[in-house]
Amino acid sequence: MATEAHGSESSLVFHPMDQFKVAPLFGDGPVHWYTITNVTLWMAISVIGVIFLLVVGSRGRAIVPSKGQSIAELTYGFVYKMIEDVTGKDAVKYFPYVMTLFIFIVFSNMLGLLPLSFTTTSHIAVTGVLALLVFLFVTILGFAKNGTKFLALFWVSSAPLAVRPLLAVIELISYFVRPVSHSIRLAGNMMAGHAVIKVFAGFAAIAAISPVSVLAISAMYGLEILVAFIQAYVFTILTCVYLKDALHPVH
Amino acid sequence: MATETHGAEAAHGAAEAGMPQLDFSTFPNQIFWLLVTLVVIYFVLSKIALPRISTVLAERSGTIMNDISAAEELKLKAKEAEAAYNAALAEAKAQAQQIANETRAAIQADLDAATAKADAEISAKAAESEKAIAEIRDGALESVKDVAKDTAKELVAAMGSSADARSITAAVTARMKG
Repeated sequence: MATEAHGSESSLVFHPMDQFKVAPLFGDGPVHWYTITNVTLWMAISVIGVIFLLVVGSRGRAIVPSKGQSIAELTYGFVYKMIEDVTGKDAVKYFPYVMTLFIFIVFSNMLGLLPLSFTTTSHIAVTGVLALLVFLFVTILGFAKNGTKFLALFWVSSAPLAVRPLLAVIELISYFVRPVSHSIRLAGNMMAGHAVIKVFAGFAAIAAISPVSVLAISAMYGLEILVAFIQAYVFTILTCVYLKDALHPVH
Repeated sequence: MATETHGAEAAHGAAEAGMPQLDFSTFPNQIFWLLVTLVVIYFVLSKIALPRISTVLAERSGTIMNDISAAEELKLKAKEAEAAYNAALAEAKAQAQQIANETRAAIQADLDAATAKADAEISAKAAESEKAIAEIRDGALESVKDVAKDTAKELVAAMGSSADARSITAAVTARMKG
C-alpha cells in the first residue's frame, strides 16, 4: 500500500520513494519483526497468487489442459527446462528450490506493478536474503558434494601456472561478490522503474505536460512488465549457473 | 545475517536520500515475513503443485507415446494389408493371363484340327471329283466311238451299200486314233 504522493498543491512535490515505505498494516506503531506490515500483505497476496496459478490452475489434471492448467504447465516447464539445460540433469532434484525462488520473484515483481501496490522485491533486505540463501546453499552444497575439490573452482587449470594464483584471487573475489550483484541487480531494477514511473506521475500535476506524462508512464509501464519478468528470469538462471558451479566445479 | 552484510555497502546512502530500503529497522520484519513466505511457497510447490503437474505431464507424454505406437502399429497393418492386396492382385492377374493363354491355345488347337480335317476332306473330295471327271471323260470317248460307229453305219446304209459292223468299227477306231 504505497502512499500516493500527488503534487496537488501549487508546487510540484515528488515523493518517488514513498511507495517503498514499510508500514504496519494496522495502526501506527514501531515495526517489530512480527508486525503485520504491507510486506506481509503483499507477500501473502503473492502466495495466494502462486496457489491460484499452480494449485488451483492444475486441479483438473487433464490430459488436454485447460487454459489455467496450460499456464501452470508452461511455468513448470520453463523453469524445469532452464535448470535442466543450464545446470544439468543431475540438478533436477533441486528444482523445487529454484522454482520457489522464481515463482516468488515473478509474482512479487508483477504484483508490484499493480497501482497502489507494494513491491517486496524492490527491497534489498528481501533480495539480499534471497541471494544469500542461494549463496550459502550453493557453497555448502559445493563442499558437501565435492569436498576440497570444490576449491578447483578458483584454480583455473587451463591458464598458465604463473597466472593461476592471480586468477585465484580474482575468482575468489568474484565468488564473494556474487550475492551482492545478485541481490542489488533485482532490487535496483525494481526500485528504479517504480521510482521513475512515480516521477513521471508527479509531472502529471502540470496540465500542459500531463499528456506527455501519461504517455511516458504507459511506455515505462510496458517496459517494467518486461523488466519484472526478465529480472525474475535472470535471478533464476544465475541461480542455476551457481548451482552448476557447485555440482561441477571444474573450470 | 543479511542485515550485517548489506549494512556496510548501504551505510553511506542511508542518510542522504531517505531510501526506505535502507531503513534497517524494518529489516527484521521483511526478512521474517520473507522466510515465512518462502517456506509456505516451498511446501505448497513441493507437496502439491509440482508433483501434480509432473504427474500430469508424465501421463500426457505416456498417452502421446501410446497413441504414437498405436498409430505406428495401424500404419504397419495398413501396409501389410496393402501388400496382401497387391499380391492377390498380381496373382489374379497372372491367373487371368494363364487362363487367357490356355484358352487361346485350346482354340488354336481346335482350329488347327478343324483346318486339317477340312483340308483332308477337301483333298479327298477333289481326288474323288477328279476320278469322276476322268470316268466321265472316258465314258464320253466311249460314247463318241459308239455314235461315230452308228453314224458311219447309217451313212453307209444311206449311200446304198451295206457294210459289216466289224469293218466299220475298225475304220472308226483308226480314224479316232488319227
